Formats: sequence, C-alpha cells, structure tokens
Amino acid sequence: MAVLSTPRSAVQLAGKGTPIKERLFQIALLASLALALIFLVALLAFVLAEGWPRIDARLWENMPSIRNPEIAGAQSAIMGTLWVISLTAVFTVPTGIAAAIYLEEYADKTRWYNRWIELNIQNLAAIPSIVYGILGLGIIARTIGLGFSVITASLTLGLLVLPIVIIASREAIRAVPPSIREGSLALGATQWQTIYRQVLPASIPGIATGSILALSRAIGEAAPLIMLGAVSFIRFNPDGIFASYTVLPIQIFNWISQSREGFHVLAAAAIVVLLAILLLMNSVAIWLRNRYQKRW
Amino acid sequence: MAARDSATAPGTPQSLARSRPRYGEMAIKAVLMLASLLSIATTVGIVVSLLQPTIKFFGEVSAVEFFTSTNWGPLFEPPHYGVLPLVSATLITTGIAVVVAVPLGLAAAIYLSEYAKPRVRKIFKPVLEVLAGVPTVVFGFFALSFVTPLLRSIMPFEMEIFNALSAGLVVGFMIIPIVASLSEDAMAAVPNGLREGSYALGASKMVTSLRVVLPAAFSGIVAAVILAISRGAGETMIVFIAGGLKANFTLDIGAAMQTMAAFIAAAGSGDVPVGTVEYDTIFAVGALLFVMTFAMNYVSARLVRKYREVYE
Repeated sequence: MAVLSTPRSAVQLAGKGTPIKERLFQIALLASLALALIFLVALLAFVLAEGWPRIDARLWENMPSIRNPEIAGAQSAIMGTLWVISLTAVFTVPTGIAAAIYLEEYADKTRWYNRWIELNIQNLAAIPSIVYGILGLGIIARTIGLGFSVITASLTLGLLVLPIVIIASREAIRAVPPSIREGSLALGATQWQTIYRQVLPASIPGIATGSILALSRAIGEAAPLIMLGAVSFIRFNPDGIFASYTVLPIQIFNWISQSREGFHVLAAAAIVVLLAILLLMNSVAIWLRNRYQKRW
Repeated sequence: MAARDSATAPGTPQSLARSRPRYGEMAIKAVLMLASLLSIATTVGIVVSLLQPTIKFFGEVSAVEFFTSTNWGPLFEPPHYGVLPLVSATLITTGIAVVVAVPLGLAAAIYLSEYAKPRVRKIFKPVLEVLAGVPTVVFGFFALSFVTPLLRSIMPFEMEIFNALSAGLVVGFMIIPIVASLSEDAMAAVPNGLREGSYALGASKMVTSLRVVLPAAFSGIVAAVILAISRGAGETMIVFIAGGLKANFTLDIGAAMQTMAAFIAAAGSGDVPVGTVEYDTIFAVGALLFVMTFAMNYVSARLVRKYREVYE
C-alpha cells in the first residue's frame, strides 16, 4: 500500500455505504464526458460524410461561384487564408513575444501600470470576437483608412489572438528557471544578452506551440471578418496586402447561406479542408512541445 | 555625481552595477514595453470605436426607447429601436447553452479530476480541448444541417428551420471545454488533505467529491461558468447561421430569434451606408454587448484571484 496517500487509492478506505448509488454517480459522470465526445465525433463524421463527394481537385483549382455548385471551388478562399494568416503571424508573433518578455523579465509587478497591462490582457482574451470586428471596422478600416483589405483582416485577427500569444509566451518564459538567468548575469552578460541568448532559446518550444495554437484560432475565425468585407464573392487570388480577399471560414459561411443542397455539400467539403489544416497545425504544435520541451 | 555616490555605497544592489547607463539596453526595454502597451491601445481602440457612434446614436434615438421598447427594426420604415428582443434572444440562447454546458462540463470535470486514472485523463483532456478548437462556423453548419433536422423530427412541438433551441444547444457543447477545463483546474488545486480527511470520517468517494471538493473549488468553478456564459453570449457564427435573422421578442425556443451578436454580424455584412443611424445602431448594440461581457469577465477574474489566494 505504498500509494496510500493518493486520493484514488484512498477510496479503498472509504465506507461501503451505498455502492449502487456510488456506481450510478460514476456512470453519470462518465456518460457526461462521453456525451461531449460523442457530439464531437458526430460532428466530424457528419461533415466528412456530407463533404466526401466534393473533396477533389475542383475544390482548390476552381474559383467560388454562387451559380453552379458543380464547378465552384475555394481557391481564392484558400489563398486568402494563407495571405491573411501569414501576415497575422508576421504581425502578432513578434509583438506577442516582445510583450511577454517585457511582462516577465522587465516589468516591476508592484507598479500599477504593469498590473493594469496584465489585467487588461486577461480581459482582452475574453472579449467576443465580433467586437474585434467592430474595432477593425471603426478604427483600422475607416479611421486609419486601410479599407476592406488583407492587411485590415490581418491586423484585426492579430489583435484578436495577441492575448493568446502573450499568455502562452509568458508561461514558456516563466518556466525557464532563474538559475539560468543568474548564471548568465554572473558571467557579465547584460540583461538583454541574457534574455536573447539564454531565456529565449530555452523557451522557444513553448512559444512556438502557443503561437501555432493562436494562429489556428485565427484561421477558423469568421465573425470579425464578416464585418470587414470578406463576404462578397471574390473570384481572384489576393495579389498584395491591400487587395480584396476572402477566407475559408467566410466562404464556408457563404455557401451555408445558399439554399441549394449542392452548396451545402460544397460547404462541408470546404470544412473538411479547413479542419485538415487545423489538425495539421495542432499536430505540429503538439509534436514541437513533446520533442523540444525541457524539464528542469 | 549622485549616481556615482550611490554606486560606491556598500550593500546596495547597485553597488556592482555600471554607473554609465546602457542606452542600447534601455532602448530595447522601451520597445518591449511599447509592445505590451499595444494591449492597452487595443482596449482604448475598442472603447473609442464603440463610444463615438454610440453617442451619436443616442443623439438620434431616445435611450428610453432603446432600453424599454420590445420592437426592433432599425432597417424598417419607420424604424424601431427597442433592443429588448435582441437581449432576450441572447439571454435565451445563452440560457439553453448553460443548461447543457454546466452539468455536462462539471460532471466531466469531476470525472477527470476525481475518478479518472492519470493515463485516462491524459487522453480525454486533449480530446475535449479539440472541441474548443473547432471553428464556430463549423458548429453553425452542424447546428443547421444536423441538429435542427434531428430536433424537428423528435421534438413534440413546432420548430422553425432557424430556431433558438438548436443554436443554443450547439453553443452549449462549444463551451463545455471552458467549463470542464477551468473547473478541473480548480478541483485539482484542492489539497489532498481535504479529501483524505473526508475519507477518514467515513465519507464515500461521491460524498467527498460533491460535499468536499466541489465546495472547496466553488469560486473557481463559478469563475469558469461565468467565463463560459460570457463566451456563449458573445458567440456569433452559430446563432447567426442557425438561430435566424428575425428580431423576435418571445420565449418560444422553437422560433427564430436574432441575438445581439447576430444582429451586429448581419448588419455589418450588409451594405449599411456609413454615417446613418442604421450604421450607428451596429455600434450601439456592440457597446451593449461589450459592457455585458466585460462585466461578466471582470467578476470572473475577481473570483479567480480571490480563489487563488486561498490555496497558493
């Protein structure tokens, strides 16, 4: 009985009052968890079954159409997603890491403004995404005047997922033990040299994992972009950061809104493509974490 | 010379530091700080972008009508600006979501925290997180093309193609991972001594879970539930796709109704001319949604901090 101290074995010491009730309770708990998982499996199976007939080259070779579901594809949406997400990454990952470094390595936590920044980031992470759409519409598209373009979409999505990047990066930086920093400082390195040569390399796996997860959130996001001009049918690939654009989730939404059944099949096929991209990104994130994660 | 003097004073932390400032280091720190100030700028940007059109809106429309009238139709002639149908639709769909997510999420959390073997937990937890990673437009599609037909065939009452029940149910499943994951964290933080004390008094596992662990983790669980509610209230795509686009002041969950978020998306995607009252309406509703979710997030954050003080 070496494991007596864990709660799981301690149950053996518990009274045997009402075993039936106990068992029913456990079954009910398990059933709740199972129900959530069944929902997930049903969703995946339904989408795959619906979209299967249309998962072929037409989907990525042809341009969107609302006339003929047979020849419609999602090429401009796939290219648009690549453009928007690449630009989002360029903008949000360095900014997020910089903010995380400041908060973990430099900020004096007793100062009111630093506590404010922290609280503010927590709150930003919980603001509905549609409100970010309003921010993009009011400030980025209209006041700054970037219009309904790839860059407006990227900046809006970038601000939306910035808190996720910051929070994940902070955790990764915090996990680097202080002794690493102290060793570096003791050898005469400056604070920035310590951060750049010791802390950052050690925390890159965690930062990369968090960044990929944040970007995969951005890829699936549709609500803010609905307000930023992505809903019109775009039959060309973006050719620059100021070009009009559409993205996969919005294209999916457009097809769902059509009443003809053929377009729903098309929407399901595009969903499968979207989920496949997300699955790939998440697998890379998990692989990175398992491969490079250090335990001190 | 003050710096030189303090540098030579023994015992002070600066005594080993260079007295000449490193401008490069200072510049780097300033740049990093600017990056973190961007988050403040985002909040300010959101408030500014909401405030100005909202003030303009209330210059044209009386606040009394906005908050008390049950007639919503800003695009009709003559227009009506009673926001209550949107608020009631948001509350009803969120309510349905809560009825699904809180029992299921809590039960899943109790199972994972108290019953599951570590190996089982290591498998189930990430799988549950997958549910949180599914894009909302996908949930919307599933609600409209699978859940709604299913409900229409088994429910004894009349249901429209677009309805609050289907949208609310699917939003509920979407927020299960939030409830489950944060509640599980709260329960895992309950010291084992409490459980052992309970067992020592002869309590069963169920009694220990429900009467000891659950109350001990209560503030954390409440915070998780509030955060999930706020996520549900702000959810857009599911209610936009499956809930309908008709402002409807009713309690009939089989009927189509438009939530605040769905209105913002619908009006924002249309061609509403800039500078009109209709355009400002989007921002006024956005401001209301922002204030509501902000208040919930604030309460949730306060509870989490309070709860952290207890066990850390």
